[in-house]
Amino acid sequence: MKDEVTREERIDNLKGMGCSRKRVEDARFTQGKGNYVDDIKLDGMLFGDFVRSPYAHANIKNIDTSAALEVPGVLAVLTAKDLEPLALHWMPTLAGDKQMVLADGKVLFQGQEVAYVVATDRYAAADGIEAVEVEYEELEVLVDPFKAMESDVVLRPDTVGEDGKPADGAHGPRKHHNHIFTWEAGDKEPTEQAIGASEVVAEEFMYYHRTHPCPLETCGCVASMDKVNGKLTIWGTFQAPHAIRTVVSLISGIEEHNIRVISPDIGGGFGNKVGAYPGYVCSVVASIVTGKPVKWIEDRMDNLMTTAFARDYWMKGRISATKEGKITGLHCHVTADHGGFDACADPTKFPAGFMNICTGSYDIPTAYLEVDGVYTNKAPGGVSYRCSFRVTEAVYFIERMIEVLAIELNMDAAKLREINFIRKEQFPYKAALGWEYDSGDYHTAWKKAMDAVDYDGLRAEQAQRIEDFKAGKTRKLMGIGLTHFTEIVGAGPVKNCDILGLGMFDSCEIRIHPTGSAIARLGTISQGQGHATTFAQILASEIGLPADSITIEEGDTDTAPYGLGTYGSRSTPVAGAATAMAGRKIRAKAQMIAAYLLEVHDDDVEFDVDRFAVKGAPERFKTMKEIAFAAYNQAIPGIEPGLEAVSYYDPPNMTYPFGAYVCVMDIDVDTGVPEIRRFYALDDCGTRINPMVIEGQIHGGLTEALAVALGQEIAYDDMGNVKTGTLMDFFLPTAWEVPNYETDHTVTPSPHHPIGAKGVGESPHVGGVPCFSNAVHDAFRAFGLRQTNMPHDHWRIWRTANELGLHD
Amino acid sequence: MIPAAFEYHRPSDMSGVLAILQEHGDDARVMAGGHSLIPMMKLRMAEVPHLIDLQDVGGLSGIMVGDTITIGAMTTQADIIDNDALAAAAPIMREAALQIADPQVRYMGTVGGNVANGDPGNDMPGLMQCLDASFTVVGPDGERSIPARDFYEAAYMTAREDDEVLTAVSFAKPAGGYAYEKQKRKIGDYATAAAAVQIVKDGGTCVSAAIAMTNLSDTPVYSQAASAALVGTSVDEAAVKAAVAAMLGDIDPVEDNRGPVAFKRHVAGVILARAIERAWSRA
Ligand SMILES: Cc1cc2nc3c(=O)[nH]c(=O)nc-3n(C[C@H](O)[C@H](O)[C@H](O)COP(=O)(O)OP(=O)(O)OC[C@H]3O[C@@H](n4cnc5c(N)ncnc54)[C@H](O)[C@@H]3O)c2cc1C
Repeated sequence: MKDEVTREERIDNLKGMGCSRKRVEDARFTQGKGNYVDDIKLDGMLFGDFVRSPYAHANIKNIDTSAALEVPGVLAVLTAKDLEPLALHWMPTLAGDKQMVLADGKVLFQGQEVAYVVATDRYAAADGIEAVEVEYEELEVLVDPFKAMESDVVLRPDTVGEDGKPADGAHGPRKHHNHIFTWEAGDKEPTEQAIGASEVVAEEFMYYHRTHPCPLETCGCVASMDKVNGKLTIWGTFQAPHAIRTVVSLISGIEEHNIRVISPDIGGGFGNKVGAYPGYVCSVVASIVTGKPVKWIEDRMDNLMTTAFARDYWMKGRISATKEGKITGLHCHVTADHGGFDACADPTKFPAGFMNICTGSYDIPTAYLEVDGVYTNKAPGGVSYRCSFRVTEAVYFIERMIEVLAIELNMDAAKLREINFIRKEQFPYKAALGWEYDSGDYHTAWKKAMDAVDYDGLRAEQAQRIEDFKAGKTRKLMGIGLTHFTEIVGAGPVKNCDILGLGMFDSCEIRIHPTGSAIARLGTISQGQGHATTFAQILASEIGLPADSITIEEGDTDTAPYGLGTYGSRSTPVAGAATAMAGRKIRAKAQMIAAYLLEVHDDDVEFDVDRFAVKGAPERFKTMKEIAFAAYNQAIPGIEPGLEAVSYYDPPNMTYPFGAYVCVMDIDVDTGVPEIRRFYALDDCGTRINPMVIEGQIHGGLTEALAVALGQEIAYDDMGNVKTGTLMDFFLPTAWEVPNYETDHTVTPSPHHPIGAKGVGESPHVGGVPCFSNAVHDAFRAFGLRQTNMPHDHWRIWRTANELGLHD
Repeated sequence: MIPAAFEYHRPSDMSGVLAILQEHGDDARVMAGGHSLIPMMKLRMAEVPHLIDLQDVGGLSGIMVGDTITIGAMTTQADIIDNDALAAAAPIMREAALQIADPQVRYMGTVGGNVANGDPGNDMPGLMQCLDASFTVVGPDGERSIPARDFYEAAYMTAREDDEVLTAVSFAKPAGGYAYEKQKRKIGDYATAAAAVQIVKDGGTCVSAAIAMTNLSDTPVYSQAASAALVGTSVDEAAVKAAVAAMLGDIDPVEDNRGPVAFKRHVAGVILARAIERAWSRA
């Protein structure tokens, strides 16, 4: 057979790694042919929905369901009393705490689930909810974690021991009945000493406000118990379907093989769909009770008010340096508001997630971090909104502290970063708070960014602007926001990362079909990231079959291998590695088959793009397609028929993506309106699998960063009422508010990842928030501003200008 | 977010509408584009056992441009934007409509619904007051006309009786320069502050002015005093300052998620000054 295509063409035909392959998912999404959980309609399906508490803190004196049961279409109303005999009125949280499924005697936050109405359809359920009569006795509300730590009001009597003292929690002793845990990293005394002995110390206190991931599709599920065969199927918006299956089995007692969890198409997760919610438990119970499938779907207000919020960290920092700007120490204390139940989704040993990445991109010799978790009358959650566990908080903290230190030193903030970056030759770098950064080249990235935006030119322009402003020629200030972030993603090594005891490995199983196409299944689940596109590209390069001939399937626990799901940018670092490793197993077997077919020794053939060829005789080869067929039609001595492989990958380390961002902003000091003139984002995510998908991820993450920095918040009043429960007040930017983004990259492959990839989905959010925020701060730096908390919405920016006397 | 059960009526003429309103009194309400009413029903803040869709009632939409401009109640905001004759005769209409909500809402939302709603956040009421429009309503006792400047009593309270239907808004073809200036948090948001301004210039002097503000009180605010402060001046800095000061005496904003009172008052002043400057430059 004559080989008529060139080697380059053969590479192109694969659409493997590095190719901007169009997303295979988009055909169905753009034609309205996706299959989301609310698209699932089963025969006789019922609908369940919640009676929710209007109060943030109240005792429940009585629940009268009789009128609701009279409403046409209403079949049942579940309360905690009904769940108690099944021991399902409370459920374990991912953080080692427990959470009420339905209000057990009291409510702890506005919107808390009080009763579950099961009806023939959602309209009847809504009418039923109106008819349930709940008698509340209002209690004092605690929305401020500092006050909660001093209050006599006991939010969680269930956590107080018989001696009246707070019982130990999942993470050790508790200081107060509203305290959840203290978590420390680093060295306290040496840090105090280093800071004490330093020439310059900058202190700051900042609040990273509570917000919400707000995926376009809210949370929901359909539970269907087949009483004939005893099998329970749950379709739901699950970012971790296997973990959900295990949790359901553990709390319901149903054997795990009798539970099938399916995540269909998911309309965005961003951390909101990691945890387990009362809606899932109640739907399962309702299906068991009625013998019918039961659907539960949140509406937008339910989603914003009750399922997993993000952030809500009060961070107090001290950073010290020499007069020349070399950092000598960092101290951070966090008061973490976790709401009424500790339902954070973090690896078990990390109650504050990876907050201890807060030394950032800098070579800081000594550091100490202490986090206190506190109960308040707010919704539970504390998930990682488009970031690995608490990494946005950590990066915001250090990137603000750097700016504050620059002010203290009267130094340019870009210069200060440069002085303190971990140098290329220091990697792998052991950080003061414990992590070992796998790789990085910060100076190169930073220089590229500074050159790209003409940083010196921008500063000169800004200086002129300040003069003009002072001369009354303009009312607009110019801010230059800088950020160099380092993430820690890809959780993670089983030795220190688990969720509910489940090690955070991930998996891939591949079957090659006789005609040379394939299906691969993974333990992750795409929520818009484009896994079906990119994982096929990894495989294409590894096994030499075209990406277009490879189906990627995720989300069905009956078919996919066990994995811990998709969040924390872990899919590529962990499942992507498993995919490459499984592909290599396929290739190893293919090599033996090829050698047999070519009648040479195994070692005499070598892989080349899409084939094995005899070394030194490239015209003698067998394509992977031919090899696949041979695997099914030939009796090859010593080799089993078929071509399949599975890999479970336990990563040796996290990966550490990084990037350099610059934002140029004009601020109207009279109206508080910011205008983003320019946003430059350089990302280094290691090996780049699909540049177009990366760019899409960057755009999305930056847009969510803009949202959080400039307006998006879950705000409460003193009575614990949510003030931002609809999209009228909860800021979700539209195309109109979003600037043009300039993307750029450097490539520093991860040394321990099979293909060198690091993960990218969350970087732009992690780096974007401080960059937007720093731009706002920078605009006012010349007028004496050090710190003003986000969100920087119009009135708060206006207030800053006002307080600085710029309206006088 | 599911409304309580309701009866849906779709009469084909006005007498049918009025008959249902008579029969059900308070329990019945008309619906135009539904983009204010339906959200309220879904939040169960409005209970409407009998919903009367005006869609099939003839003669309620259309734009007539002459010395008097008449716009049918069912004319959508998108229709206003698209109408070139209207844009030529009363350009402030297009400028304002483009700042209402987003394109999807504007395809449904109507002028009648926007002015009849009585929500202080709506942009059209202030605009209509600036233009000194009058609203035609029809009820069991026939038709009457109510000046926009007398229409608004309090939030969601207007001079229209429950059994009356608004059929059209009309106003004299405006003269001079115009501006509709609005600050909002994002596309689709109601105003933090908005100002509608029409100014007539003769030589270098302002001979008449009309100023109305939106979302700065529980009703739109037509500021007679602010308008008067411009008349007879050359609309110089002092005059603008005087107009802003006068306007500030007429508004009464409340704190909400858009910000505290001091901020809103400050922004109201900035927005008005900008609107006046733009209108003057076009006069
Ligand atoms: C996301 C969003 C953003 C928005 N942003 C803005 C904005 O920035 N500015 C703004 O001005 N508006 C805004 N709106 C409101 C929108 O413009 C509405 O469409 C408008 O306020 C009402 O018009 P409608 O035709 O939808 O009225 P409907 O919702 O049908 O009715 C509103 C009220 O008016 C009554 N009504 C309607 N027609 C008549 C009539 N002919 N006679 C008597 N009573 C009548 C109804 O009974 C009801 O009480 C927004 C709406 C949404 C959903």
